[in-house]
Amino acid sequence: MADVLKRVPVREQDAKVRATNFEEVCYGYNMEEAMEEASRCLNCKNAKCIQGCPVSINIPGFISKIKEGNIEEAYKVIGESSALPAICGRVCPQESQCECKCIRGIKGEPVSIGKLERFVADYALENDIKPVKAEKTNGHKVAVIGSGPSGLTCAGDLAKLGYEVTVFEALHELGGVLVYGIPEFRLPKQKVVKKEIEKVKELGVKFETNVVIGKSTTIDQLMEEEDFEAVFIGSGAGLPMFMGIPGETANGVFSANEYLTRSNLMKAFDSSYDTPIAAGKKVAVVGGGNVAMDAARTALRLGAEVHIVYRRSEAELPARVEEVHHAKEEGVIFDLLTNPKEILVDENGWVKGMKVIKMELGEPDASGRRRPMEIPGSEYEIELDTVIMSLGTSPNPLIASTTKGLETNRRKCIVAEEENGQTSKACVFAGGDAVTGAATVILAMGAGKAGAKGIHELLSRK
Amino acid sequence: MYKILKAEKLADMIYLMDVEAPRVARHCEPGQFVIVKMDEKGERIPLTICDYDREVGTITIVFQTVGASTHKMAELKAGDAFRDFTGPLGCPSEFVGEDIESLKNKKILFVAGGVGAAPVYPQVKWMKEHGIDVDVIVGSKTKDMLILESEMRAVAGNYYPCTDDGTYGHAGMVTTKIEKLAEEGNKYDVCVAIGPMIMMKFVCLLTKKLNIPTIVSMNPIMVDGTGMCGACRLHIGDEIKFACVDGPEFDGHLVNFDEAMKRQQMYKTEEGRAMLKLQEGDTHHGGCGHCGGDK
Ligand SMILES: Cc1cc2nc3c(=O)[nH]c(=O)nc-3n(C[C@H](O)[C@H](O)[C@H](O)COP(=O)(O)OP(=O)(O)OC[C@H]3O[C@@H](n4cnc5c(N)ncnc54)[C@H](O)[C@@H]3O)c2cc1C
Ligand SMILES: Cc1cc2nc3c(=O)[nH]c(=O)nc-3n(C[C@H](O)[C@H](O)[C@H](O)COP(=O)(O)OP(=O)(O)OC[C@H]3O[C@@H](n4cnc5c(N)ncnc54)[C@H](O)[C@@H]3O)c2cc1C
Ligand code: SF4
Ligand code: SF4
Ligand code: FES
Ligand SMILES: [Mg+2]
Repeated sequence: MADVLKRVPVREQDAKVRATNFEEVCYGYNMEEAMEEASRCLNCKNAKCIQGCPVSINIPGFISKIKEGNIEEAYKVIGESSALPAICGRVCPQESQCECKCIRGIKGEPVSIGKLERFVADYALENDIKPVKAEKTNGHKVAVIGSGPSGLTCAGDLAKLGYEVTVFEALHELGGVLVYGIPEFRLPKQKVVKKEIEKVKELGVKFETNVVIGKSTTIDQLMEEEDFEAVFIGSGAGLPMFMGIPGETANGVFSANEYLTRSNLMKAFDSSYDTPIAAGKKVAVVGGGNVAMDAARTALRLGAEVHIVYRRSEAELPARVEEVHHAKEEGVIFDLLTNPKEILVDENGWVKGMKVIKMELGEPDASGRRRPMEIPGSEYEIELDTVIMSLGTSPNPLIASTTKGLETNRRKCIVAEEENGQTSKACVFAGGDAVTGAATVILAMGAGKAGAKGIHELLSRK
Repeated sequence: MYKILKAEKLADMIYLMDVEAPRVARHCEPGQFVIVKMDEKGERIPLTICDYDREVGTITIVFQTVGASTHKMAELKAGDAFRDFTGPLGCPSEFVGEDIESLKNKKILFVAGGVGAAPVYPQVKWMKEHGIDVDVIVGSKTKDMLILESEMRAVAGNYYPCTDDGTYGHAGMVTTKIEKLAEEGNKYDVCVAIGPMIMMKFVCLLTKKLNIPTIVSMNPIMVDGTGMCGACRLHIGDEIKFACVDGPEFDGHLVNFDEAMKRQQMYKTEEGRAMLKLQEGDTHHGGCGHCGGDK
């Protein structure tokens, strides 16, 4: 019998091999491994893990079904709270959510809740277990803007209650950041994202791609001309930020969004697709979040030597620990306590290097992290052909600027109530990154659920 | 799917299509563009809206074959369809929101180069529909490549064709025609110039000298067209703007054309390879030594 203090290890693709391909890094558990890991769960009466999950999945509930080997039932338990478990099981920051509250974590390693959730969801996808659908529609029409996790969750929840839901998506594929941002090797698109969206379609949700709300039509027009009684805005935070340093418009400087969109959404890594990518031979990724790790690991797979340039130290890296660990294993080089001052450009307008400065950490700032300060005179130059700026994103102003009476705050985020998504405009609800700024998949899902609840409360009174 | 109702060759390398896209047709205005994607593996290709029919629900596009994707697109026929067709994107031309009476008091000059005649056409047509006669200069390399002549004549006040080789109309570049019109005493309050960046650059250098405020329509490399990627960023004066959401039309006297032209070249190598692969078709076996063939 294995050590109950330790988790059942999960099989992964070898680091050297995977650094050259776009196949999924983590293989996940098989039935045997899942049942063994499930047996470590103590089925706590007052399960702390549930409090750590933003959508309150009944964690001991589904794990006890795995113990019995009844995966179909486990899927139903998860389905009560989450519409996208194969996705969350892969990309949730579990170490700071469900798993960090697990009682097993006090003496040993917490139960691998995320990996178990993923196992159940993958089993349901492979065996085509259908979600439970509403018996008949209630005749109320709701529009959802954006097909990211918040929009999908809101649409799925409303459809289960019998609403006629149409999701409008600006891009040509559904999924939001799940398809254009998070890379294939962390979240397979055909095998996982597409299939999980199929499940939302099976609930009766309609999807219209290539519709940019604010351009192709507006929220007011959806309500006045197309008879939608309520609208949920889940349009994300897609607008990339740049540093404002010299040389940023040179050829070879990308936002992480552009680099990742070319590779993920447009599949530039696969030569049978038409969209090009200037992959680069020596690449610097500026920033330290999940997005920076994804851009770095993508550039690595496209054949580059990759440096992460981050102005604080390792302890402050905002990316998930697992992602930093994977990036290092694969060979990404970390230039910490280093900040760009200028991008150096050759006579043809291409990046040839970057002038950077060394930093040290001072007193904690408003965010509680120690403030990075330049060390005078420590500038030096590095040779590069590509720079990827991964400095964060903010909500796109397109919707707010074309919707009468929709209040936004100073950070361009839409103002909405946390418990039901209600905005300053009647019958209009919002949630996810559009409201919070860039956050996480599961928080966006939680906001989608809250929005669905708010819309149901409004329309069931009608 | 977005069905092609009409596909026509206008001139050597220049094609026109009417595409069914009712949502776009209902909401578009002059100055805006669409993004089309032919099939699953296709690129997202931005094209200016050349005309629209709100009743029938169609958008007219006109494009020139320059690389692999536009060559493939030229093979599409009436009855075929685009997998994706998004729009309208970008901002309408500034005059769409202006007071008609004050517009009527302005003397307006439109300058189009090559396929630039296509994006200029809906603007001139809009003017005509609002009772405003404008002067239009259309330049092309040679007579056979001049497009939309009868359409443009029908809506323009004065129409001045120019050919580089002198086979039709004014002999010479559009800039020499602008100079000539100015010398003849025409005082323009505003100029709208749309065409290749190099043409817009030289028009702007001239109109700056002549003191004519000038609007240009920028066509940098784009991906999403919704403000999400920043590929289309340009320097407009000291500011960085995203052409797909802040433009595509800008004050031409503030545009950094040299930088924008360099950025247009960013994928030259990859584009060249893609074209080679398309031309060689199935016989392609990596002879160029760079692309690795059909590995
Ligand atoms: C590269 C990257 C890696 C990440 N990694 C993780 C991770 O590992 N774990 C994690 O939990 N989170 C991660 N995140 C964050 C997470 O993906 C987001 O917080 C989450 O996707 C937000 O969901 P959303 O539904 O609010 O918006 P989005 O996923 O951004 O979806 C919004 C959708 O709305 C569409 N849209 C926008 N405007 C309009 C309009 N006007 N009309 C119509 N449609 C519109 C967009 O095209 C998009 O499809 C990552 C983000 C990125 C960029
Ligand atoms: C707002 C806007 C409106 C446009 N309107 C028209 C139009 O009405 N008619 C027309 O013929 N062309 C128009 N273009 C240009 C057209 O998009 C390009 O010619 C086309 O994308 C080239 O594709 P390709 O694969 O055939 O050529 P490639 O060989 O891939 O490229 C040839 C050149 O086209 C440009 N280009 C390549 N990819 C893109 C891209 N994704 N976005 C923009 N430019 C690109 C580059 O400068 C490149 O060097 C417009 C571009 C923009 C941005
Ligand atoms: S959804 Fe995320 S936080 Fe909730 S149980 Fe699953 S992995 Fe944990
Ligand atoms: S806290 Fe840990 S052990 Fe307890 S129920 Fe949750 S997962 Fe199981
Ligand atoms: S094309 Fe992506 S931001 Fe303009
Ligand atoms: Mg191309």
